[in-house]
Amino acid sequence: MTDAIQKINDRYQSSEALHDLKEHAIADFRKLGVPTVKHEEWKYTRVGSLLQNVLEVQAPDQVKPEDIAALKLPGDAYEIFVINGKFSTAFAPEGMIVSSLGTEAKGQYKEIIEKHLGTSSRYHQDGINAMNTAFADHGLFIFINRGKKIDKPVYIYYINDNRQFPTLSLPRALVYVSAAAEVEITEHYISLGSNDSFTNQVTEFVVEQDAIVNYYKIQNEGPNASQVSTTQFTQIGKSLTNATTISLSGNIIRNNLNMVMEAEHGESHMYGLYLLDGKTHVDNHTIVDNVMPNCFSNELYKGIMDGESTGVFNGKIFVRQDAQKTNAYQSNKNVLLTDTASVNTKPQLEIFADDVKCSHGCTIGKLDEEALFYLRARGIGERSAKSLLLHAFAVDILDNIKSEPLREYVDKLISERLEFNF
Amino acid sequence: MIKITNLQASIDEKPILRGINLEIKAGEVHAIMGPNGSGKSTLASVLAGRDHFNVTGGSVEFMGKDLLEMSPEDRAREGVFLAFQYPVEIPGVSTTNFIKTAVNETRKYRGLEPLDAVNFLKMMKEKMKLVNIDQSLLSRSLNEGFSGGEKKRNEIFQMAMLEPKLAILDETDSGLDIDALRIVANGVNEYRSKDNAFLVVTHYQRLLDYIVPDFVHVLYNGRIVRSGGKELALELEEKGYDFIKNEFAVTEEA
Repeated sequence: MTDAIQKINDRYQSSEALHDLKEHAIADFRKLGVPTVKHEEWKYTRVGSLLQNVLEVQAPDQVKPEDIAALKLPGDAYEIFVINGKFSTAFAPEGMIVSSLGTEAKGQYKEIIEKHLGTSSRYHQDGINAMNTAFADHGLFIFINRGKKIDKPVYIYYINDNRQFPTLSLPRALVYVSAAAEVEITEHYISLGSNDSFTNQVTEFVVEQDAIVNYYKIQNEGPNASQVSTTQFTQIGKSLTNATTISLSGNIIRNNLNMVMEAEHGESHMYGLYLLDGKTHVDNHTIVDNVMPNCFSNELYKGIMDGESTGVFNGKIFVRQDAQKTNAYQSNKNVLLTDTASVNTKPQLEIFADDVKCSHGCTIGKLDEEALFYLRARGIGERSAKSLLLHAFAVDILDNIKSEPLREYVDKLISERLEFNF
Repeated sequence: MIKITNLQASIDEKPILRGINLEIKAGEVHAIMGPNGSGKSTLASVLAGRDHFNVTGGSVEFMGKDLLEMSPEDRAREGVFLAFQYPVEIPGVSTTNFIKTAVNETRKYRGLEPLDAVNFLKMMKEKMKLVNIDQSLLSRSLNEGFSGGEKKRNEIFQMAMLEPKLAILDETDSGLDIDALRIVANGVNEYRSKDNAFLVVTHYQRLLDYIVPDFVHVLYNGRIVRSGGKELALELEEKGYDFIKNEFAVTEEA
């Protein structure tokens, strides 16, 4: 697998600025390699062979605006396009800078980037994170100015142009949200073709005091698109973050979402919905790391599994010794629609403080027969009744999407899938 | 309207209904009374099509059609309505949306155009008065967090919206205080006409003071053991179910 790095390296020109980080990351990758199912955190999700298939990386075709027109998110937004892992156009609307990590690492934001780029690797001692980090200089850097509420949502489109060839993409982003700033950021994953694609993506958010971040991840790729997607929030000041992950299609999807609460009185909400069919596999690993006291976190993930789909939920809450008065809640609920679908769910609490309120729980079941009968006894057909109940199950998550156009957009995708038309 | 002949049903191989015979004509109200475990609610459920009961014998003809062959939704669309003893709470489904779906699927089945928003609202407003139900209740999730009385009123409201031919009220009085009982009974009486019929399942005579039946049947051990007029309910109230149990036990032995 070592020559994987070489193969990728041949395609990237590194900048001097992040040279040390790169050397370290490559060393880590050589040491750790791609995780196998023997790795406890990768027990149900096999990625090694996927990577092998896409290593013959080819140059992307020219992506034209009309290629993605139908896949765009709704409303007026600041749009960022990352095509096969490469971010290209820098711009700077009011209160915000969108640039490349390689460029900014030798400029004004050198210190911030040096200090914060790569902190997620602490939580993921695996070669996947290291592989991404090795090529971070082509990644995206977003800086939100102090006290600025960004007037439009920021949409980041990760486009896999796998029309001609299999693709391997290694997108990287660091988003720095300054004190009292507010921003809505959505990461949307799209594939244009049907060849295999593998996206190994890492986004790191650093959130200062009194800032608010509303973050959405929408995964709606083709059946041969796989990804390992890591998102880490580090709340270095008392702040509020909302993270919602919607997984609708793909081949093998692994999401790592980490909330690191490094300041007192931080608050974070994490919501997830996976609506799967076919052979899609979605693995949501989440970590809430309560480092300081008086933080609040709430987590709700829901899954609807059809066909032969498989799901994994692994939620960890750490409450460190100093993190007294932590309130941390976690819940995972699943509905299995077939006997061939399955889900493995594992909520975990590791508490080292003694004055905390924490809860976790999970359910796996079929549709509520009693509710189904109730609807049918009112003249609602079986199919309609099922889709009514499934939509109601999903609505819990949709209701937490604060952006109305986005909520309607996701609702439409879900309603189409569930044949919900009421 | 409905003709039940020698209906037998079991759950997990255990027979619950052991041959029910009952005919209800348009314009009639029949009450089914009986001690706990006699099979009253099972009869209501079997007629509505709940599938965890096994029908092991007999037949049910509704408006000339074989009711037992139909799915629960088709029975409802044909005009059978079951007011649930325990209405189900369904978070995330708004009551209004649910009723609109039910009304329009039923209309579609009957070959009618769906109601548009204006006419649907008009109809709702009219029927809401019937059971004194509030708009705010209807915009909430179906039965979620409703009180016992609100749930039962919602059942009667749904009945009024769906305009069934035969309404089966399964212990609609249970858990209701006297005021709520009056409201619910009033809704039923308003809807009552020469074209529809009611099967009122109850443990107590109390409800029958307000919904006055034409016929009363006593169900015991899966069979109708006595039938009579409304005075039978009073007799039962006075003597308790023990007298039926004793009498029936004697007859059984003889």
